[in-house]
Amino acid sequence: MATLNSNIPAGPLSSKWEKHKFTSKLINPANKRKYKIIVVGAGLAGSSASATLAELGYEVHNFVFHDSPRRAHSVAAQGGINAAKNYQNDGDSVHRLFYDTIKGGDFRSRESNVHRLAEVSVNIIDQCTAQGVPFAREYGGLLDNRSFGGAQVSRTFYARGQTGQQLLLGAYSALCRNIANGGVKSYTHAEMLDLVVVDGHARGIIVRNLQTGEITRHNADAVVLATGGYGNVFNLSTYARGSNTTAIWRAYRRGACLANPCYTQIHPTCIPVSGDYQSKLTLMSESLRNDGRVWVPKRKEDCKKDPREIAEGDRDYYLERMYSAFGNLAPRDIASRAAKTVCDEGRGIGLTGLGVYLDFSDAIRRLSEDRVRERYGNLFAMYQEITDEDAYKTPMRIYPAVHYTMGGLWVDYNLMSNISGLFVLGEANFSDHGANRLGASALMQGLADGYFVLPSTIATYLSTVKPRSRAGTDHAAFREAEENVRMLTKKLLSCNGKRTPASFHKELGKIMWDYCGMARNKKGLEKALQLLPALREEYWKNVQVLGEPNGWNQSLESAGRVADFIELGDLMCRDALEREESCGGHFREEYQYTPADPETQQGLVNPGDVKRRDDAFAHVAAWEYAGAGRAPVLNKEPLVYEEVKMSTRSYK
Amino acid sequence: MKVTLKVWRQKDQKAPGGFQIYQSPELNPNMSFLEMLDVVNEDLAGRGEDPIAFDHDCREGICGTCSLVIDGKPHGPHQGVATCQTYMRSFRNGVEIVIEPFRARPFPIIKDLVCDRKSFDRIQQAGGFISVRTGSTPDANSILIPKENSDLAMDAAQCIGCGACVAACKNASAMLFVSAKVSHFGLLPQGQPERHRRVTAMVQQMDEEGFGACTVTGSCEAVCPKSISLDFIARMNRDFAVALLKGGPKKPSSGGAG
Repeated sequence: MATLNSNIPAGPLSSKWEKHKFTSKLINPANKRKYKIIVVGAGLAGSSASATLAELGYEVHNFVFHDSPRRAHSVAAQGGINAAKNYQNDGDSVHRLFYDTIKGGDFRSRESNVHRLAEVSVNIIDQCTAQGVPFAREYGGLLDNRSFGGAQVSRTFYARGQTGQQLLLGAYSALCRNIANGGVKSYTHAEMLDLVVVDGHARGIIVRNLQTGEITRHNADAVVLATGGYGNVFNLSTYARGSNTTAIWRAYRRGACLANPCYTQIHPTCIPVSGDYQSKLTLMSESLRNDGRVWVPKRKEDCKKDPREIAEGDRDYYLERMYSAFGNLAPRDIASRAAKTVCDEGRGIGLTGLGVYLDFSDAIRRLSEDRVRERYGNLFAMYQEITDEDAYKTPMRIYPAVHYTMGGLWVDYNLMSNISGLFVLGEANFSDHGANRLGASALMQGLADGYFVLPSTIATYLSTVKPRSRAGTDHAAFREAEENVRMLTKKLLSCNGKRTPASFHKELGKIMWDYCGMARNKKGLEKALQLLPALREEYWKNVQVLGEPNGWNQSLESAGRVADFIELGDLMCRDALEREESCGGHFREEYQYTPADPETQQGLVNPGDVKRRDDAFAHVAAWEYAGAGRAPVLNKEPLVYEEVKMSTRSYK
Repeated sequence: MKVTLKVWRQKDQKAPGGFQIYQSPELNPNMSFLEMLDVVNEDLAGRGEDPIAFDHDCREGICGTCSLVIDGKPHGPHQGVATCQTYMRSFRNGVEIVIEPFRARPFPIIKDLVCDRKSFDRIQQAGGFISVRTGSTPDANSILIPKENSDLAMDAAQCIGCGACVAACKNASAMLFVSAKVSHFGLLPQGQPERHRRVTAMVQQMDEEGFGACTVTGSCEAVCPKSISLDFIARMNRDFAVALLKGGPKKPSSGGAG
């Protein structure tokens, strides 16, 4: 069994971080340059951490599989980033952002981490603005805000519909500055394929150069993974095609615990699937729900009609009806499940019946088409490009799609995993979003971890490591890890099967979506746990990987990633099966509110809402690898709330 | 629908390349152009042939990874969108489509349709940043920026660094890319202290990478997936001229105690 010590500092919640920073060890400037840190990933968390660690004086080596750090998938975030600035004077505060996030996560995140996130959120906006991130402004020159789901204040900062790109360009520019001055050595087209652990400490990685196929060893005093989420296990998602689980999965196989893998975010507003050739689902930003109203026809027979011909009285604005206090800005898990419910009732729209309307006609009447265009023009243009429909004239058709994974490698308060010296940031870790992430909080967490948390907490670990004592790359552990990577490559190339990795990926995605998607039950998960090992077995017998180990080989790259996804899928289903409760994005059909429950009768929840079981499941499920062919070991970290009371999550 | 593809195939940077003709399987007009290539590649793999290498990632027009020159035009027939947002309904049934990589000396070909655009990163490293340390920043609202300037900076900042401007230019000039970066920072008060040093360094690096000269034909603006305006080139030229007139930074004196 792994030892999980969360290392939460003692003392009142609101002063833990300040106190922790003061009591943590420091490293003197002359010694910092003697420590070498590997950072894998160059999205918001990886770039900001690399730049900041280099500014502090550490020797930083950054690895990314893209051709440029600027292309990491943080770039695609549209809507915005939350911060408790209270610039709108609408009652926001650090405590409110903290509470909204804890409640948004359905009381399944770690209290102390979330409070720290809310505290440093204000520094992020200052930092990004100083870097030249062109956030939206008002005519007086001040920063503008808008609202996002799960909040009743306007605390979201944004840069048109491309906040992610602008924040990433800010972090990338900081990275560039540090590459130029020698603080960071940047490796691009460099994919991490194994973690090297020496005497229980993470001491390096094995990397494949995607251009040349060359496999190299890299050593360090600490390894930081900022490699993003694993939603592509579903094949169809809003993730970039290249996003994968390989870095964290291989770390898991080296002993790092993977926490709450079944917590997946299904985003309510994406363009519906149109055919089986589809490679990607496109998100329509949550910000659209500031002005768009979600509805379906009240009667099944109206579903195929032109929406403009359905009278107002025949429409069911179901979010406004079911969650009157938050209405169309209900959190993502709730909005997605409500869409599924009305579609399951046969009231879904579009050719497949898996769709609902997002209607702007009221907003256009209220504000004018020009104002709506100013706010969301690029999103409407993107929608038209993909669907060939004009959303100014007819409502958008949307449906939920996989968007984010709240689960990830287990970390303590210092963001260190259960392997000493292995740190995990951003979407790759598990700690801040519980069972559901609120909109505009992923950007906040990535940058909080990279700019402000890790650069402070990593010193605590490094102060225990003697400077320049790190193992050389000729150490046996490096040899063994490299051999492991070479064997795997050889095995994939020598299968000579009949099916491409892409066809396996599609099959895996369908299993995961059907049995471990928006609604899960015991029977379905048990079925998936029979299908997945069979799929895995077929994979290693029948996968077809063309080309050679050397040089550019996209077939080989994807073959390794899909193999890891299949194993991860199995673990996700185990986790979902084990967690016999519903919470946030994890909806087990067996556990939902019924009309007879007191909470329903008091009007706190609707029948069918998720029902937690705090008595048995107020814990983090951290899974530990036990070797090939063995069932993984479940470790539990109890969630101890010192200030917040775990209560019924109500948005009514 | 079905189409015929005439695709540039090249084993690696050193090998000579050439066009190959492929017949597509049955396609759906609602497929994206890259999904069409996925389908063609699955078909090729089924016959044991090496799939066509092409670059892609986000498939929603923001990461700048996808490239391709389609029928002679970088990012295909439509204005203001990237290849990944181009749909097969834009092509007629039965046509031949010519697909080539971005071609420019500073973008060497890695394989088939994939080229190496690291030269853009090196230009950015030369000066495409505001030197601010983490933590050393004033409150965000203490810097007031007129909305017009902020909006214009945002227009420039939209550049996704794909390199289509270079691929479209007969001289393989990178002026639209560099001017977008220079203007984004130059329009903001935070970017003023390093404004002239920045433009000089970035232009110098651009020249060293082997990008050609700009003759303002506007082909870059026409193919830019984010419709970055040619005006930014004029803005950069002005900044560059001022920087030249002012000369380089004075060497710091070595005097003084402490």
